[in-house]
Amino acid sequence: MANLLEVQQATKRFGNFTALHDVSIQVPKGSIFGLLGPNGAGKTTLIRIVNQITLPDEGSVYLDNEFLKPEHIKDIGYLPEERGLYKSMKVGEQALYLAQLKGLSKSEAKERLKYWFEKFDIIHWWDKKIQELSKGMAQKVQFIVTVLHKPKLLIFDEPFSGFDPINANVIKDEILHLRDEGATVIFSTHRMESVEELCDHIALINKSKKILDGKVTDIKRAYKSNTFEVGILAENNNELYTDLQTKFVDVVPADFKAIDDQLKMKITLGNSTSSNELLQYLSNKGQILRFNEVIPTVNEIFIKTITDIENE
Amino acid sequence: MSNLKLIIKREFLARIRNRTFIVMTFLSPLIMVGMISLIAWLTTLNNDEVRKVAVFDETGMFNTDFEDSEDVNYIDYSKLTLNDAKDSVVLKKLHGLLYIPKKNTNKELASSIQFYADEAPNISILNKIEKIIGGKLTDQNFKEKGLDLVVIEKAKTKVNIQIENFSGEKTSKMSNYVKMIFGGVAGYFLMMFIIIYGNMVMRSVIEEKSNRIIEIIISSVKPLQLMMGKILGTSFAGILQFVIWVILGAVLLTVATSVFGVDPQPAGVDQSLVLQDENQQEIQLILQDIIKLPLGTLVLSFFIYFVGGYFLYSSIYAAIGAAVDSETDSQQFMLPIILPLMLGIYVGFFSVIENPHGTVSVIFSMIPLTSPIVMLMRIPFGVPWWEVVISMLLLIGSIIFITWVAAKIYRIGILMYGKKPSYKELFKWIKY
Repeated sequence: MANLLEVQQATKRFGNFTALHDVSIQVPKGSIFGLLGPNGAGKTTLIRIVNQITLPDEGSVYLDNEFLKPEHIKDIGYLPEERGLYKSMKVGEQALYLAQLKGLSKSEAKERLKYWFEKFDIIHWWDKKIQELSKGMAQKVQFIVTVLHKPKLLIFDEPFSGFDPINANVIKDEILHLRDEGATVIFSTHRMESVEELCDHIALINKSKKILDGKVTDIKRAYKSNTFEVGILAENNNELYTDLQTKFVDVVPADFKAIDDQLKMKITLGNSTSSNELLQYLSNKGQILRFNEVIPTVNEIFIKTITDIENE
Repeated sequence: MSNLKLIIKREFLARIRNRTFIVMTFLSPLIMVGMISLIAWLTTLNNDEVRKVAVFDETGMFNTDFEDSEDVNYIDYSKLTLNDAKDSVVLKKLHGLLYIPKKNTNKELASSIQFYADEAPNISILNKIEKIIGGKLTDQNFKEKGLDLVVIEKAKTKVNIQIENFSGEKTSKMSNYVKMIFGGVAGYFLMMFIIIYGNMVMRSVIEEKSNRIIEIIISSVKPLQLMMGKILGTSFAGILQFVIWVILGAVLLTVATSVFGVDPQPAGVDQSLVLQDENQQEIQLILQDIIKLPLGTLVLSFFIYFVGGYFLYSSIYAAIGAAVDSETDSQQFMLPIILPLMLGIYVGFFSVIENPHGTVSVIFSMIPLTSPIVMLMRIPFGVPWWEVVISMLLLIGSIIFITWVAAKIYRIGILMYGKKPSYKELFKWIKY
């Protein structure tokens, strides 16, 4: 699959402070890409470079295999983290203005705005001023303005902050819909759990450096430790527990919600043991109520990676 | 439509739709004309008052000389005693009592005349009285020496020096005033424009920052484009406002004059005196002076310095707006704007008028931050073309430099929140 966006070894310094150090990412066409990392890691700087708001000191950016140039602005839709609208301007007028800045003609912009406003059922906001709308309402307008010019690349910085759960879902569905229509999406966030299920690819950034990237499934596969969560209704819990501890690499008590008084454990198998062997062993000991593989969340992977780096 | 045009249009509309802007546009001329009319009316009120002055003349020399005029009536109290006269003046609340005692010589008399009044007496009335008495005594002195008053009157000569330059053109003595007024108005107008609309540019930048819309916009347009669009859009709104002010002001003033029958120029007292004294020819010379002013050069240079000065200052205003989070924070950066503007005006009104081609005037008409104002004031007096060229080149050079610096600060500043930057920090931004 070809990459829509490629950032090669981008570095950006502000005085003595390095905001971004030698970061490269590849965003495949049609994917949802998660740019993850804690606050102040350099995510926004990287996004601003892609949006040509700041220029990198070193490195280069390619969009659709072309070196990034001013004309590419029209191909990108960007919803910044710090977002707002003119308070004293009418909603419709201001949406038209922003759409025209992205290169749409007035009539074209009007037509598309009408479509979106009707879709979100907010057409009656057209002549209202932003100061009369709530924050969530204003964010809907911002979302429309971001996607209106049908960009190839959509970049959302902390997209779901400020939305209530219902509207967040509406927006999420719209983003998925746009992806299905061929757009490529980048999510940038420090709340990794909020986009984990959406992303196909991720890059983890910490303290200006990229520490991990790739397909989510590949990463998870690499980080899983052949560990299983087990719930079993045994005749003698304690006996089984000590028994298991001698047989398998690592057995620790686990905590999950269950209605029965069952033995809850996390069992890590060595490389030589398969899950079937464990199942076979357990099936003779009692009634198995729970058996599932523990797949690390992106959050856990992130924390593990950082502690590993710091311990080195 | 290009983005710059779009931005200019939005800024222009945003300015002129602002409620304060609309109110100011239509209220200011009303207030101004109202004030002028009020002052004019009050002045006439003041002049209408006729003051009564009692005269206690022991000599009996002046009984025919004090004639009632528009603003003063004389009442003869000579038949009373001095004390009765004083009491009567106080009782009747007259303006004052003029006491002319009997003395042996005119010389003695001249230094012993007194004026009694509770409040400070009106200066012009005192001058009038002094003139009357002084004239009378002088005439008497002439007579005593056996001189014929008619002969003396005939011998008096009035001199009016005709001013002419070496190429034979006549000018009036008013010429310098005309030049001063032209330059002064132009310079003052420029300063007001810079302060009013530069501030507007700054507020507009702060608004975009505090609304958090700035990043959405600069993901579509270049920051420099946005800054330029702001400056241009605001200046168009400013020009519109000024045109409306001038037209409304003129209309209202005409209406006020005809309705109230008030002379709209209370300062006209001096002027009419001057005009009365000078004959028709003098007025013609003034008109000639105005026509003879290098009008073409004046208009062209006004245009260049106006645009240049406004751009120079408003890009500094824009940079300040970008650097701060709120208008209150902007105060600390105002000094570099206000100081040179004030300096320009002061140098203009004191140094240029005193000596348009003195060292101070020349230097300040070269320094880019003050040159728009000072040079505008100097130009009516005739400035060598090469001085104008140097000054303009310096101005253009510094506009390019300052806009470049301002754009750098602007680019960084608009994305910085929650920091109250120092000058040191701004300097660092320039180097990013």
